[in-house]
Amino acid sequence: MKRLFDKDTWQEIFGSIQKNKVRTVITMIGVLWGIFIYITLAGSSKGLDNGFERAFQSIASNSIFVWAQYTSIPYAGYKSERAIQLKLGDAEIIKKRVKGIKFIAPRQVAGVFGSAGGNIVRGNKTGTYAIYGEFPEYIKIATAKIFDGGRFINNSDIEKERKVCVIGERTLAELFEKGEDPIGKFISINKLNFVVVGVHKFVQGGGFGDDGDIYIPFATFKKIFNTGDDVSFFMVSADENISGLEVEKNIKVTLKQIHKIHPDDDRAIGGFNLGEIFRKTMNFANGLTFLSLVVGIATILAGVIGIGNILLISVKERTKEIGIRRALGATPSEVRSQIILESVFLTILAGVIGIILGALVLYGINAATEDMTDFPYTNPTVPIPYVLGALALMITLGTLIGIIPAQKAVSVKPIDALREE
Amino acid sequence: MIKIKDLHKSYKMGSNSLHVLKGINFNVEEGELVAIMGSSGSGKSTLLNILGMLDLLDEGSYDLDGVPIKNLDETKAANYRNKFLGFVFQSFNLINYKTALENVTLPLYYQGVKRKEREEEALRYLDQVGLKEWATHLPSELSGGQKQRVAIARALVSKPKVLLADEPTGALDSKTSKEVMALIQDINKNGKTILIVTHEEDIAKMCSRIVRLKDGVIMEDKKNKMIKAI
Repeated sequence: MKRLFDKDTWQEIFGSIQKNKVRTVITMIGVLWGIFIYITLAGSSKGLDNGFERAFQSIASNSIFVWAQYTSIPYAGYKSERAIQLKLGDAEIIKKRVKGIKFIAPRQVAGVFGSAGGNIVRGNKTGTYAIYGEFPEYIKIATAKIFDGGRFINNSDIEKERKVCVIGERTLAELFEKGEDPIGKFISINKLNFVVVGVHKFVQGGGFGDDGDIYIPFATFKKIFNTGDDVSFFMVSADENISGLEVEKNIKVTLKQIHKIHPDDDRAIGGFNLGEIFRKTMNFANGLTFLSLVVGIATILAGVIGIGNILLISVKERTKEIGIRRALGATPSEVRSQIILESVFLTILAGVIGIILGALVLYGINAATEDMTDFPYTNPTVPIPYVLGALALMITLGTLIGIIPAQKAVSVKPIDALREE
Repeated sequence: MIKIKDLHKSYKMGSNSLHVLKGINFNVEEGELVAIMGSSGSGKSTLLNILGMLDLLDEGSYDLDGVPIKNLDETKAANYRNKFLGFVFQSFNLINYKTALENVTLPLYYQGVKRKEREEEALRYLDQVGLKEWATHLPSELSGGQKQRVAIARALVSKPKVLLADEPTGALDSKTSKEVMALIQDINKNGKTILIVTHEEDIAKMCSRIVRLKDGVIMEDKKNKMIKAI
């Protein structure tokens, strides 16, 4: 141990390493490559992980869609194949009976599921877009964000049945001049004039919808389309600390009770759980991280074995040198520790260079993908414990692998070593 | 200085055993310059290897300056070699990627001498063999004679009790051989005990005593009137 901190030991090692440059470089490439792959992979999978998280952060990751379909089991005097219609009043009952609901937003829609959309006219520009009847709760659950300067539907819009609307980015581009501020302008929906109060930016986050959707107050919707208290579907966000699956199940049970559906009828009420998809995606990302760790460590291992291999050859090459050293008074332990220290030193040096190169590549990828919002890749970093762990692994492996050539170096008798030509 | 009694050494070659040294008795006094002569196979190199603790004896005893050399393990042998002995080889055995100076400092490194002291000491010995200006040169930049002189400086730097030279002139031309022998005689004159293994008659004549080996026994052991090399 004393030798480890002796300046002379290191000068001896540097000397031997420096004067065998080709050997040193070849030896290092293996480990350098290994740690480089490890860092790049680990960082990239972390970046992907962050990217997925970013993609999902715009939506409450615990959100659930629930809609009604046709019954498949006769129940309570009703026959099978009965169409179920969700009603506005269901929302209150669900909220009362199901625990863990943060927000519930009943929604009506025209323009998807085969129904006709709204005909929109502005001046001489026209288009057909999906029209949604909304409550203010929706924006707290959804992926859509409202651009600065505008607002979403509020409670007073509902109470007063105002003819206001929130249009999509695409709608804006198609109905308005470039650079024109749409807020306060009128557009005609099914021949009724609506004031634009906001523009939403749509972010893909599962479910349906697109950047052309137009949102109007629920109360206004039901008057225009004459849908009464009908609801197309409920969008629900569950409390973070509660299982989304549990909430979805309880909502379905409640809806089955309200609409007199057989408790075992799985077809009548449909559901889609974004939290579940989120969880699965994050599992996938975790799996990827794990995979990259395994691959990275295996590559480091291969690199370190390469170091051992080359040191073994180099020990053979240096048999005579080692013989001379021993004739001059080097003890076996001095020879051994020099070779092991060379191995460890080369491993660490190569490792550190590999880490730096890997970090540079990660930085490069990050810079190149920074503007690509569709590409799920953000802030690729390698956690410090991973880096330290890799270094510790390398030192351990470097020592262990160095023991083999070191042992070989001292196993040759000095007299035989000197005879070697 | 050296006391050898009933020394036997044999090598196992498969099922056969080759008896190389068959009872050597021989003493060397301090300050002697001894030539060990013999044709190849006579056992002279084996004897030198045993004296140099590079090889172990089978039977008999070996005392070096009053220290019985026995029960040698590699570490003990290494320490004894480092403290008591200096080696000069036929093929010089310099480390090719180290400069002349670094080669000479090596025994001191293994003695744990500090770098600065090491280099001062090594430079002093390089000066003694006349190669001070060549200190920073690599062995590949030196002539055969110069390499051997570096090797001699390296052998002397640890102030050994005995200098062991295995055919020190074997790879040199006759002119350079004489120069190297002159250096060895010089060192001997300063009191160093030196053993030289050689098969060249004129090299042996430059020593103060000639021991002739044949088939593992000493045939002749006589004082010699030392001829000056130059």
